[in-house]
Amino acid sequence: MADDALFDFLHMEIVSQVTKSDPGSLQDGVTMSKLEQIGYSTGYRFIERLTKDLSRFKDELEVMKAICKDFWSAVFKKQVDNLRTNHQGVYVLQDNKFRFLASISNSRQYLELAPKYLVFTCGLLRGALASLGLTCIVTAEVTTMPACKFQVHLQRA
Amino acid sequence: MAVCIGFIGKENSPLFLRCINPSQELQFHYIMHTCIDFVEEKIIQSNKSGSDVRELYLGLLYSSEEVKAYGFVTNTKVKIVIIIDSTNSLLRDNEIRAIFRKLHNAYTELVCNPFYTPGDPITAKSFSILVDELLASSSSSS
Repeated sequence: MADDALFDFLHMEIVSQVTKSDPGSLQDGVTMSKLEQIGYSTGYRFIERLTKDLSRFKDELEVMKAICKDFWSAVFKKQVDNLRTNHQGVYVLQDNKFRFLASISNSRQYLELAPKYLVFTCGLLRGALASLGLTCIVTAEVTTMPACKFQVHLQRA
Repeated sequence: MAVCIGFIGKENSPLFLRCINPSQELQFHYIMHTCIDFVEEKIIQSNKSGSDVRELYLGLLYSSEEVKAYGFVTNTKVKIVIIIDSTNSLLRDNEIRAIFRKLHNAYTELVCNPFYTPGDPITAKSFSILVDELLASSSSSS
């Protein structure tokens, strides 16, 4: 269906435009934070529409579960495959067939270039959680394509 | 009839306040401010009671001789308060819910506006016009 592909292509273009415009040695830091900021604003506003019809969340575990199910299905058309937590504010979301990585490769080829395609989603997650009242730091890692893990560290006040 | 509609942001800052009678605006700012406490009390109360269905609509917050206040909180911690005249007993619960739903939809649409940063005071004209219409239609229905 053409609609799904539109988001994939747009994301690909955003990544390539942002990385192209800063070819200097500071590239990684500045461009990655630009990408993350784009994701942050998008996630912050998007969650307002998404949670419009959901019932009120009781605690942060409920928020994380809603992120894994409703948010992930709305953006990536599938749910998060695995959610783990240490009950102290650290959550790991594992997606075994991440949408943006699925079209890149199935093995370890292009592994070093993959992180660029996860940065926007890290920002998206951070923005969504910030809008729901949870400040956090989101990092991502990929060991085998197309699976990846997002680590969310919630900052307790 | 609804006398005043207000939006309170996540950090409890006022985002928007509109009343039918502009000279009473300051008084309603004070009432809105006191309603923040009632909203938080309701939220904590419903969290403790552990009921399965948790609604965004909070119901009657505060009732005095002159005014009654109804509250609504979104998942993004934005609070909406409607204040009505105590003398008016014609606005029923489901009508108030309908007004809240329209306000919530209006706010969601506003967040999609790139010229509005969530957390800032609301200055969009289309939003103000919508709220004015809601105030007017609720007062004409009573």
